[in-house]
Amino acid sequence: MASTGQATDLPEAVQQPAIKADPKWFVMGGVVSIVAWLALIPLFFLIYQSFRTPGTARKPAIWTLGNYFDAYSSSDTLVLFANSVEFAAGTAVLALVVGTALAWMTERTNTPLKPLFYALSIIPLIIPGILFVVSWIFLASPKIGLINLALQKILGTDKVYVDIYSMAGMIWVDGLHYAPIAFLLMTAAFRAMDPSLEESAMMSGASMWGIFRRITLKLAFPAVAASFLILFVRSIESFEVPALLGLPVGIQVFTSAIYDAIHSYPSNIGLAAAYAITLLVITMGGIYFQSRITAQGGKYSTVTGKGFRPRTIDLGRWKYLTAGIFVVYALLVVVLPFIVLLWSSLQKYYSVPSWEALQNVSLTAYKTVINYPSVGTAVWNSFLLSVGTATTVMLLTAVVCWIVLRTKIPGRWVLDQVASVPLVLPGLVMGLAIMVCYLSIGGGIYGSIWILFIAYVTRFLPYGMRYNTTSMVQLHKELEESAAMSGASWFTAFRKVVLPLLKPGLLAGWIYIVIVSVRELSSSILLYSPGTEVVSIVIWEMWQNGQYVELSAFGVMLIATLFVFVMTAQWLGKRFGVKES
Amino acid sequence: MLTVKGLNTEYPSLKGPPVKAAQDVAFEVPAGKFFTLLGPSGCGKTTTLRSIAGLERPVGGEISVNGRLVYSAEKKIFIPPNQRNFGMVFQSYAIWPHMTVFANAAFPLEVRKTKLSKKEIRDKVMRVLSAVALDQYAEREATRLSGGQQQRLALARALVMEPELLLLDEPLSNLDAKLRDRMRFELKRIQRELGLTTIYVTHDQGEALALSHEIAVMNEGRIVQVGAPRDIYDHPRTKFVADFIGTTNFIDGVALGQDSTSGRWNVRTPVGDLLVHTDQTLAANMRVTVSIRPEDVELLEEPAAANGYNLVSGLVDQKVFLGDMVDFQVKVDDYILLSRAHPSLRTPIGDRIYIRMNPEKCVAIPDTSPARAAA
Repeated sequence: MASTGQATDLPEAVQQPAIKADPKWFVMGGVVSIVAWLALIPLFFLIYQSFRTPGTARKPAIWTLGNYFDAYSSSDTLVLFANSVEFAAGTAVLALVVGTALAWMTERTNTPLKPLFYALSIIPLIIPGILFVVSWIFLASPKIGLINLALQKILGTDKVYVDIYSMAGMIWVDGLHYAPIAFLLMTAAFRAMDPSLEESAMMSGASMWGIFRRITLKLAFPAVAASFLILFVRSIESFEVPALLGLPVGIQVFTSAIYDAIHSYPSNIGLAAAYAITLLVITMGGIYFQSRITAQGGKYSTVTGKGFRPRTIDLGRWKYLTAGIFVVYALLVVVLPFIVLLWSSLQKYYSVPSWEALQNVSLTAYKTVINYPSVGTAVWNSFLLSVGTATTVMLLTAVVCWIVLRTKIPGRWVLDQVASVPLVLPGLVMGLAIMVCYLSIGGGIYGSIWILFIAYVTRFLPYGMRYNTTSMVQLHKELEESAAMSGASWFTAFRKVVLPLLKPGLLAGWIYIVIVSVRELSSSILLYSPGTEVVSIVIWEMWQNGQYVELSAFGVMLIATLFVFVMTAQWLGKRFGVKES
Repeated sequence: MLTVKGLNTEYPSLKGPPVKAAQDVAFEVPAGKFFTLLGPSGCGKTTTLRSIAGLERPVGGEISVNGRLVYSAEKKIFIPPNQRNFGMVFQSYAIWPHMTVFANAAFPLEVRKTKLSKKEIRDKVMRVLSAVALDQYAEREATRLSGGQQQRLALARALVMEPELLLLDEPLSNLDAKLRDRMRFELKRIQRELGLTTIYVTHDQGEALALSHEIAVMNEGRIVQVGAPRDIYDHPRTKFVADFIGTTNFIDGVALGQDSTSGRWNVRTPVGDLLVHTDQTLAANMRVTVSIRPEDVELLEEPAAANGYNLVSGLVDQKVFLGDMVDFQVKVDDYILLSRAHPSLRTPIGDRIYIRMNPEKCVAIPDTSPARAAA
């Protein structure tokens, strides 16, 4: 940070005078206890449950290793493991290839439509995963898929060209779904790469290919490997795709196996917990290696402190090809899925596009959805949960970050680690852990909306940490110190200087958490009960009931609402927030 | 005015014992003086300044201003920074980006305990803003100022509170060279006009020499020499000071004995026996280093001896034309001496040349000299 290399290179001296009975310490103590409770207790119950037999009225639960024995003795587990790895690795590779290509095109070439593409790249983030999967079923299922029907019509056959209900289909849908994340990760990596490193290779006489192979690729390696692991972990955690595309044809992965074990009769929570622990070990391994690579990659990033202007390559006529790739990508990820949902929402009964169907266009489905009994409750629940979760998480993690970054309390790094624990918990595993925990503790939390609130807050703690850390790190410590030198007390400085400056980060994090809370399915599916449905659950139920047109109408309204919300929030942020300098 | 006694600071380190930053730092600054802490990265100068500000808590020592103790380890006194009433300009300027120029400068008046009326605040703020020539930008957003303007705003904010002490942490290091020169004069003018006691931290010896009444050179957490700029430049007491401030030639040698009439010492060196000056106690046969500045290495094409001056001869090895002067490297035996000469001297490379050195300017530093001088 100290560019001129002053004594500020040294760590800061102890400067928090330990004053007793300062209300500041009560706030901190409270926050630390809440975070520790949320992040650690359910995990403990999950491990505990994996060593217990199912307790029934006649037979109390006892200690056992049987769950692990059941989980590992069967040869099905091997298939399960192989499926999970194949699915996750395939998804990660597809997402990474697409994301890297797009990132390279936007960062390092003169492809037209670049600004438009940046704006477009956020949109996939607001489409809930389950709607994306459903829209791809409409597009590529063997029976009703539009792609198959169109090809059959054109070629005059009845051959099935694409089948979404397959491993390849699962990888295709999930890979496209995660491509925007890969794009964001790789864009950051390309931006952090000093082009003068490549230029000096060019001056040394290396060819374009030589530069790519010996410099660019080597420099990008840590970023590529870390992104791969992040995507791998994310996809091995995915629930929507395996549940909707894999289960109907018997392709099971860990997440769908956990769901099956809980929903079979009698439900086998111990077995689910044993699977969950296995999944947890895999995700922990992935995150561990990712953080190792990122830490080692630090030596590759030559931070000069100088702003460098990335060199863009003139592609000549090829730029129309890359622009074409943008268009195709946008079609596959945003336009086509939305259009099929829109189409199906305008029908009375699901039917493929035709002249006949076009004449039957009506808004009946929208009316049905609005009057659908659980929709009102679900929307209200989702609204309360997302706003409540986002507000709670951002405030909680703001204090945690302040403790971690601005105080010198010994052991504060432990707090940082604890708050990041939920990062390794797949949503389904988190749901299971919280379910087991509050079933054992009792107190009426299980079955109420509070259990969803607890699950969401826990799940999204790491996101809050990330947003707050980023904005607090950028907040130069001298800005606070100069307020102190001007005679301002700690609270005045916090209110007049720190909070206004954190506002953009707080707002951005808040918006993001609202969106992911509305999209949340994999934890909610184990924790909801009648009366506490949320919107993603309603979509799930509609799918199970075969109410495709209602589902589409609801989906279209949901996407439109989220879109308007994001636009309004960003506009408000620009208008009333602090301009980022 | 400002008295610092036995100041020690420590940082907790992840492994092992705490890291010591400032060690036994002590100095005194009279009212109205400009005092500079000068040293390389990590020498403890910023830590010392931040301890005076109250942004860091030392582990030992005492700091008092105008007889008021602001820190004392013994008496367990630690006045928090917001009650010390010291103005400070930070290296990054720390201009709050969410406020206007006026709001930034008015902040210290608005947060202090004794409330001022709107009009009083306005008057005071506009007065300091015009002193730093920013009055016409008062309503502008602070982020839209240039680097030099931000620096002046930071100064205005520190001045508006009428501080007892002005603390400057490398305020010029983020400016480009031309602007830095201008701001240097500006700072000196404002400091003189207001008669503010100022503590200045820098690693730039040019700034320190140009601005200060007194300089404390720091190295490895300790003050190694305190003195007026000219004194420090002409009579460095250690090799570190001689090397860190300005450019110098070092010649190793052995002390032979003292000349009884002039008080000068005779030193045997590879370039010949030299008469040298020293402030320190030498003894015969002691190993010493003779330091001489390039501008004091006089070059002559003819061997024109002057009374009492050292005269040696060598061959021109290299020369670099710098416009207003020429740098000569002269080889005397195997020793290369750097000399700064007038551009009119055009002796070709390889020719013999004579070197004359004023013994007053040849400073002998004992090799066993203690790591620090009593400050």
